[in-house]
Amino acid sequence: MSVFAFYLFAISVIAGGLFTVISRNPVHSVLWLILSFLSAAGLFVLLNAEFVAMLLIIVYVGAVAVLFLFVVMMLDVDFAELKAEMARYMPLALLIGLVILMQFVMAFGAWDANSAAEGLRTQVITDEVHNTAALGLILYDQYFLLFQLSGLILLVAMIGAIVLTLRHRGDVKRQNVVDQMMRDPKLAMKLNDVKPGQGL
Amino acid sequence: MISADLNVILPEILLALFAILALLGAVYTNKDAAAGVMVWATAIVMALLAIWIGMTSGGTTRIAFNGLFIEDSFARFAKVTMLLSAAAVLAMSEAYMKKRGLLRFEYPVLIALSVVGMMMMVSAGDLMTLYMGLELQSLALYVVASLRRDSVKSTEAGLKYFVLGALSSGLLLYGVSLVYGYAGTTQFAGVMSLASEGPTSLGLLFGIVFVVSGLAFKVSAVPFHMWTPDVYEGAPTPVTAFFATAPKVAAMALFARVLHDAFGNAVADWSQIIALLSVLSMFLGAVAAIGQTNIKRLMAYSSIAHMGYALIGLAAGTELGVKSMLVYLAIYVTMNIGTFAFILGMEKDGQPVTDITALNMYSKRAPGKALAMLVLLFSLAGVPPMLGFFAKLGVWQAGVDAGLIWLVVASAVASAIGAYYYLRIVFLMYFGAEGDDRLDEGKSSLLSGVVVAAAVIMVVGIVNLFGVETAAISAAATLVN
Repeated sequence: MSVFAFYLFAISVIAGGLFTVISRNPVHSVLWLILSFLSAAGLFVLLNAEFVAMLLIIVYVGAVAVLFLFVVMMLDVDFAELKAEMARYMPLALLIGLVILMQFVMAFGAWDANSAAEGLRTQVITDEVHNTAALGLILYDQYFLLFQLSGLILLVAMIGAIVLTLRHRGDVKRQNVVDQMMRDPKLAMKLNDVKPGQGL
Repeated sequence: MISADLNVILPEILLALFAILALLGAVYTNKDAAAGVMVWATAIVMALLAIWIGMTSGGTTRIAFNGLFIEDSFARFAKVTMLLSAAAVLAMSEAYMKKRGLLRFEYPVLIALSVVGMMMMVSAGDLMTLYMGLELQSLALYVVASLRRDSVKSTEAGLKYFVLGALSSGLLLYGVSLVYGYAGTTQFAGVMSLASEGPTSLGLLFGIVFVVSGLAFKVSAVPFHMWTPDVYEGAPTPVTAFFATAPKVAAMALFARVLHDAFGNAVADWSQIIALLSVLSMFLGAVAAIGQTNIKRLMAYSSIAHMGYALIGLAAGTELGVKSMLVYLAIYVTMNIGTFAFILGMEKDGQPVTDITALNMYSKRAPGKALAMLVLLFSLAGVPPMLGFFAKLGVWQAGVDAGLIWLVVASAVASAIGAYYYLRIVFLMYFGAEGDDRLDEGKSSLLSGVVVAAAVIMVVGIVNLFGVETAAISAAATLVN
């Protein structure tokens, strides 16, 4: 059963990836990408990594892919033109890709892992500790430094986005709440008795 | 355990905290008005940290966070070099940026965070720390490259750097995953101990090739150099000066760290890859710069060639090689800071000039500065009495020692070719045609001071290298053994 599920998910990951690249309509590409993410989440479930699977769905499908969809729809990029540009270099790209693929096949054919690697990779988790808890124990204890570093990286990304896009405009009128609060109601309105036939 | 660990990374924490506090302070006060002060404050903090790290010398090696972070004399050497060069570049850039309206308070913050990333890189004891440090460093650099957002060239520089940087990160990560697949661990020490017996396995070798390709992007070694001239030309000049100094030291030190600490049992395998990168970089850097008239592009090719020479030390794969590489980097950084201080001062009618023909007969107008620049250019070319020659001599000795005679001979040839374009600038300054495109008198005494100081170091340094050599010897000894 799980073998059947594995092949189902694996094939749909690859198919999703393939159609992401070859779809004519960019919106379809994003939808295929979402299928690819969902199938990858299924593979994680098969590996007993439920937390990572849920994270993949929430973050990648829920946020990133939807963001892609918005960008694709709003930017109105002419993908057909981009593809025509790419087609000029396609023969060369295919040739290089083929050479690299052959090298990879040859290398993986003779691939060997160190005999000690299997034991090192396995992280034994007892039944009492939940998957999510086990991940947290590693992340916030053993990899504390990396966790903080990723925080710094995100901070840099945020600063960068602001630096490159924020423009201060002088001609914008802004609401000043304090000024509004401090206004004296007596001075706020002035009654003028205007005589008929005369202006102010 | 955790407090002892935090104690080891105290310099990094302090710099990161300073950056965050400076950011908050600038956001809540009057924004860009304080930027000039912040640039100087950042430079001072970096210089103080460099002095502090330099003081805690001695042969101590401290390992923190279960081996994720290593603090040894190799890391300290690289950190002091990076911090001092970053501080110097910041101090040089303040006036230039202010004049061009580029001085924004995020600039020193981003530079500081980028230096935090570099400090993580050179102290990495694990492939994951390596990657995180590298990303922190690069991400901040992508942003500062396109700081001048109204200029097409600056935007192009940032975008090109970003896309190619992302590609190189992909290559690096793929290599890391292959190494992990082979070794079952990402720690350098673990990878090293697993690879100890017998010939290098194909699994590990495959990973090494990808890791080396990813890192070669960062040091802009040929054939992974395409981004360098465009990024150097497009970025604002102070940012270019920064690119040419601290990140290069960080990336080369990281290169040495990962090759010796993690793949130290496969020296013969990666040595030939590094030697190839080295010889290609030296020749392309020497030949391609000949046609350049923009001094920033010229310096880009110069930095490619110099990385090639420094890689000879790495290709040697010995303790002497690492030592000569570190000395080379320290001298290279000093030369580049001096040269960029000169370039920052090049302006005509208040506008920056980067064309070398503007230097025609410069010696008549500013004989002192022209002489200092002559010394720096001779040193960059590797003309004997200057320090730059001794830097090259060091890596050549290491190369001969390791039996890489062909590489040393090739590098001597490349050095002779490369000398042409440095000497052409000297020729223009002293014997060029008298034109009407004359540069303004350099008013900034700070920039002139840096140029002259760097030139004096190039001459006086040949006596004892200011003690850099002893520090480099102890750094190399801790890394290789």
